[in-house]
Order: sequence, then structure tokens, then C-alpha cells
Amino acid sequence: MKVLVAVKRVVDFNVKVRVKADGTGVDTANVKFSMNPFDEIAVEEALRLKESGKATEVVAVSLGVQQCQETIRTALAMGADRGIHVQTDEELQPLAVAKLLKAIADKEQPQLIIVGKQAIDDDSNQTGQMLAALLGWPQGTFASKLVINGDRAEVTREIDGGLETVSLAMPALVTTDLRLNEPRYASLPNIMKAKKKPIEATTPADLGVDVKPRLILVKVEEPAKRKSGVKVKTVAELVDKLKNEAKVIP
Amino acid sequence: MSVLVLAEHSHGKVLPATLTTVAAATKLGGDVHVLVAGADCKPAAEAAAKIAGVAKVLLADDARYAEPLAEPYAALIVSLAESYAAVLAASTTFGKNVLPRAAALLDVAQISDIVAVVGPDTFVRPIYAGNALATVKSTDAIKVITVRGTGFEPVKAEGGSAAIENATSADDPGLSKFVSRQESKTERPELTAARVIVSGGRGMGSGDNFKLIEAVADKLGAAVGASRAAVDAGFVPNDLQVGQTGKIVAPELYLAVGISGAIQHLAGMKDSKVIAAINKDEEAPIFQVADYGLVADLFQALPELAAELSK
Repeated sequence: MKVLVAVKRVVDFNVKVRVKADGTGVDTANVKFSMNPFDEIAVEEALRLKESGKATEVVAVSLGVQQCQETIRTALAMGADRGIHVQTDEELQPLAVAKLLKAIADKEQPQLIIVGKQAIDDDSNQTGQMLAALLGWPQGTFASKLVINGDRAEVTREIDGGLETVSLAMPALVTTDLRLNEPRYASLPNIMKAKKKPIEATTPADLGVDVKPRLILVKVEEPAKRKSGVKVKTVAELVDKLKNEAKVIP
Repeated sequence: MSVLVLAEHSHGKVLPATLTTVAAATKLGGDVHVLVAGADCKPAAEAAAKIAGVAKVLLADDARYAEPLAEPYAALIVSLAESYAAVLAASTTFGKNVLPRAAALLDVAQISDIVAVVGPDTFVRPIYAGNALATVKSTDAIKVITVRGTGFEPVKAEGGSAAIENATSADDPGLSKFVSRQESKTERPELTAARVIVSGGRGMGSGDNFKLIEAVADKLGAAVGASRAAVDAGFVPNDLQVGQTGKIVAPELYLAVGISGAIQHLAGMKDSKVIAAINKDEEAPIFQVADYGLVADLFQALPELAAELSK
């Protein structure tokens, strides 16, 4: 079984982004980029399937600017077998990403695709569901557990009221939630080995996909800031403030 | 043209998230129709017909909708969407699962997690864990939208008298099967609908220690929440997680205990009306957003707080 994982290059989760003064976006100059944390979980899950003998090959795909190759290298250093880079400087929105990944899936014919449930930059939470739709595959979103059982994937999903398990006919698509696994760090020897692993380069035009954005960005603003509060000295003072000043408890 | 809201319901009742979604839908202009899909869900359709501002309820009552599987639900939405200017659902795990699938089948972009409606095609949505607000304009014929509950005042659950019409079921692609559900049992209010939330973080140290949080929550009629660290450590179940990728809440009072205040957590609660924090580390970032901060050992402060609230 071949497993395809998609990995996105995003502003590192530790960076507090700043909105540009002209309102055209956030400032990403001289900011650290990393693999989207949910995609690290996707890579890890694919590797575990390979290590348990369920998967034979793990292919990591990234889409976007030249530097996405670094993100693919990270996946390769974790243990993925090869990479595919869809190179473009255009802004890629989730529907376009789903179409590009579908074109790749049509070529690669994986039995399973694992992607992060959400990218921590645009916070859209769409690509996996869209890709499953375009492929006509079932989807197991927000997965906290994945069991491959013959030609079915059993996915336990984190839902608002608890957990839900669904059984999907393969080929299937899974999106990862935080509790699925704890991703490994790449060891130095594996980082060296990853440098020799192949990355195939392609473009949206090669894949025949129109990536024109459907949503036009009008402006980006800073959210309203909270006024700084006060420190209280005792529990009694806290209760007094909440009752008599903020009036949020009776 | 009308707009369609995908309702969320349980045991014959429409969930509060649907009321905020209808509120957003009314701002788009046009009649608001509500789709109630499920099995034996007529009582939920009758409840939806009473929601203020709803013009029509579409009822898809069919065994294939008994469980909220994305594949048959998306197929149903697609079969209805062509006659609507917009399709909306709440940004719950249900809405987030189903709606992007429907959007892709319709070949339109989805606008996720809107917090404001600027016009029929223009919306505001948070990005980068809420550290920026993006205004986006959709160029698609059908706007497919998920609505963040904290951005809108819910419409009234009573007062409407919409007609109920049967909707034709769509073909179920039959790709997925429901296996089981583990529902978290609690007598406390649901997190996203609670007026007061008491949340615990890594500082709680263990799941057992959450009893201290629960004791305070019970005095306040509050819901219990948690940071990612507390969920990852296994102190509490996943559905209590407040944050960028968990639940987004905006109660009247959010009391954060033993939570340092990572940006991912702040993203889920910084729109709360009043924030209070108890943490032994006076440098903890949570104090930068807290209206009232108490630097204290939570193991002393929580029992004291429960006692103080009993007075």
C-alpha cells in the first residue's frame, strides 16, 4: 500500500505574526517557517504504517514556493521515501490545493492519503475534505486513531461531544488531530540520508490545474487588543472584583 | 435568492450553534431556509420551524442520515445548493467535516469560520490563531460558509412559524459506515454555550486534580475547559480543549487556572467578556490578557475559591 502525505510550509507555531501596516497581509520576512504541526502528525502516522508492514511506500507532497523543498526534506528526514514538489509562486487556496493533490493522486494511485486537519496559518480546515470529495473517496477527519483492517480504514475522530469511530472503504483520506501520535524528530544520520532521496518537481500547469484564487483578500487587520488588567492579591479580592466590579458572577 | 442553513440537532432539539448560524445567515439578505437531516427527526424540524427569522424548513428524514457521515450529507447539500445564494453551517466538528466536502463538489471555495458579514459576498475571518483578521470577498456563485459562534448573537429559538417541506434524499455514495460513538457525559453546560467557563492547564498536574476545577465550576454553574497540554497529558477528554484547533469560546467569564497562555490557547478564549487567571508564575503570558490576575498556588487558591463562593 502506498501512502501519500501532504506537508505545508507555514510560519512556525511559536511566531506571533504581525499584521503589515498597509493591511495587505502579515509580515513573513525574516520569520521562521516550519512544517505545519498537523502535517508532521500525518507523516508520523504514515511512517508507523510502513514500520508495521501495512504500508510499502510513503510519498510526501508539498505545494508552493521553492522553499517548500525544505519542508519535503524534513518529511524525508523523518523517513518518507520520496517527495513531490508542485512549484508555484501563486497564492494557493484550499480548493486549488485539493485539485493539485487530486492530480497527483490520479498519477500515484495511493490507497491512503493523510493530511493535517488544518494549517495553522490560514486556519481553513478544508483541504482534506475537499480532496476526498474530488477523488470520490470517503473521509475520516480529525483522527485520533487509525487502524487499517484489510480493505477498510477504521478512524476514531475527535468530535465536539467526545469520540466517534467510522469505517471507510479504501482508498480513503484521513485528516489528523493532535492526539493521533507524537511525531518523531529526524536523527542526524537520517537528515544526511534524506539529502539523497529524490524530489520530483512539477507545476500546476503540468498537472493541468487552474489555481486562480476564488477568494480575494480585501484587507488584513489586527484584532482589537484587550486592555491590560489588574493583579489581585487574594482569592477574596478576586471574588469581590468579579462580583462587584465586573458583575459576571452573582 | 434564499440562503440555506444546515441545522445541527440532537434528541429533537436544535443546537445553539444553529441559532448563531441563522443569525449570520440573516445578515446575507434573502429568505433563510433551514435543512434538518436525520432519521426520525421530525421533532427537530418542528423546533427549527420556530426559530425566529426562518422562512422555510427542509426536512430530509431518512435512515441514511441517521449518523452524521460527511459523504451522504455532502451529497444532500449539493443536491439542494444550486437554488441558493449561500449555504451555511456552524464551525462545529459536524459543520467542518461536511461543508468543505460539499463546497468542493460544487467547485466553490469555502469561507471558513466567519466572525462578521460585511456584505453578501464579503466576510471577516480570523487567521493565524486569531492574531489577524482577514476580510475576504468570494467570487463564487454560491457562497459556502462556516460560522464561528462567538461572532454572532444567536437568534431566538422561539417566535417563528416556518413551513416544513420534505426534501428528496440524495444518493448515498456508501463509502463510509458509522461504527460507534463515545459521548462525554456531563451535567454541566456545553462549553461553547456556557456563560462561565473554568479551565485547567498543565499546572493541574493530574486528571484527579481537575476535581478542584469541577468544585469551583459547580459553584458557578460553569462548564469545564482545558488547555491542549492538559488534554495531551490525558488529564481530561479531547472535547474539553479550548484553543486554535479546539473549541472557540467567548463566555461572560473565563477563569484560566494553571494555564500559561500559549497563543494557541489564547486564540480560543481571548474574546471572552472577562478573563480571570490564577497562575503561580507571575510572568505567564495569560496575565497579559487577563482582566484580573492572581499569582498563587492553584492547589491553595482553588479550594479557597470554592469556599469563598459558598459564602
